Amino acid sequence: MKKPLLILFLLSLAIAAFLSPFASPDPDGLDRVAQDLGFEERSEGADIVRSPIPDYKFPGVGSETAATAFAGALGTLVTFGAAYGFGKAVLTLGKK
Amino acid sequence: MHIPDGFLDTGTIVGTYVLSAGAVGYGIRKTREELNERQIPVLGVLAAFIFAAQMVNFPIIGGTSGHLLGAALAAVLLGPWASSIIISTVLIIQCLFFQDGGLTALGGNIFNMGVVGSFAAYWIYTALKKLPGRNVEMFRIFAASWASVVLASLAATAELALSGTVPFKIAFVAMMSWHVIIGVGEGIITALAVSFVRRVGFSPAARAEKA
Repeated sequence: MKKPLLILFLLSLAIAAFLSPFASPDPDGLDRVAQDLGFEERSEGADIVRSPIPDYKFPGVGSETAATAFAGALGTLVTFGAAYGFGKAVLTLGKK
Repeated sequence: MHIPDGFLDTGTIVGTYVLSAGAVGYGIRKTREELNERQIPVLGVLAAFIFAAQMVNFPIIGGTSGHLLGAALAAVLLGPWASSIIISTVLIIQCLFFQDGGLTALGGNIFNMGVVGSFAAYWIYTALKKLPGRNVEMFRIFAASWASVVLASLAATAELALSGTVPFKIAFVAMMSWHVIIGVGEGIITALAVSFVRRVGFSPAARAEKA
């Protein structure tokens, strides 16, 4: 990987691991509207799949800060891998 | 702005899945034309950056937060089709691994943030190309980012109304009043991120060469 990309990748990991535990816990725009207009409860128990790391907190980690940091770093790696793999499939397979 | 399971009705779920599948399918073809194999790591790193940045909710006012959407960032750097694929990848990971955004709402979320967000940003960014004056680039990026958030939230509002979850007019006022502010955060972060990325020497090669 070229140097500028490596810098951006390491920055992403740092943001996910060190900045995300300090994210605002307030609801985002849509969640807030769902609360204010009273349709939030429609989502309760409506989940179709059970995700392994719900709410970006790695299960079984005592400290909430560490649980979020782990989840963030892992998610960043997984997303990199997925987009890389998808990109490779798109750009190499079936390219004339 | 991730819609969870339970907010959309069957018709809207099917409709948004069809729209998103079509857009992403066509986006794959366009991305194949516009990018080359050397840019595979660029797709990976941009997706990783957007995933990480989306985790960092920033407080706005009145006990509400926003977070980066990233569609404008990717669209300015790589164009709207590659951007919609990057955002879709991020949304799929968030949905399957982190319970952020419902599986039934994945079509809607991809349509709102991946497709509408990317194209709104790209169109505004392109439309402001002829704007005179120096240092206009930062303003272009800011305006494109702001529009991406506002229009993505408008699409989400339309889906909620179509589903009968909430009347359009009421939802529209509520959704806009937050997202016009969240869009400002998107604009500032994206303008800073794009200038940082350009400063470290990241070049979205093929697109710049073709333009």
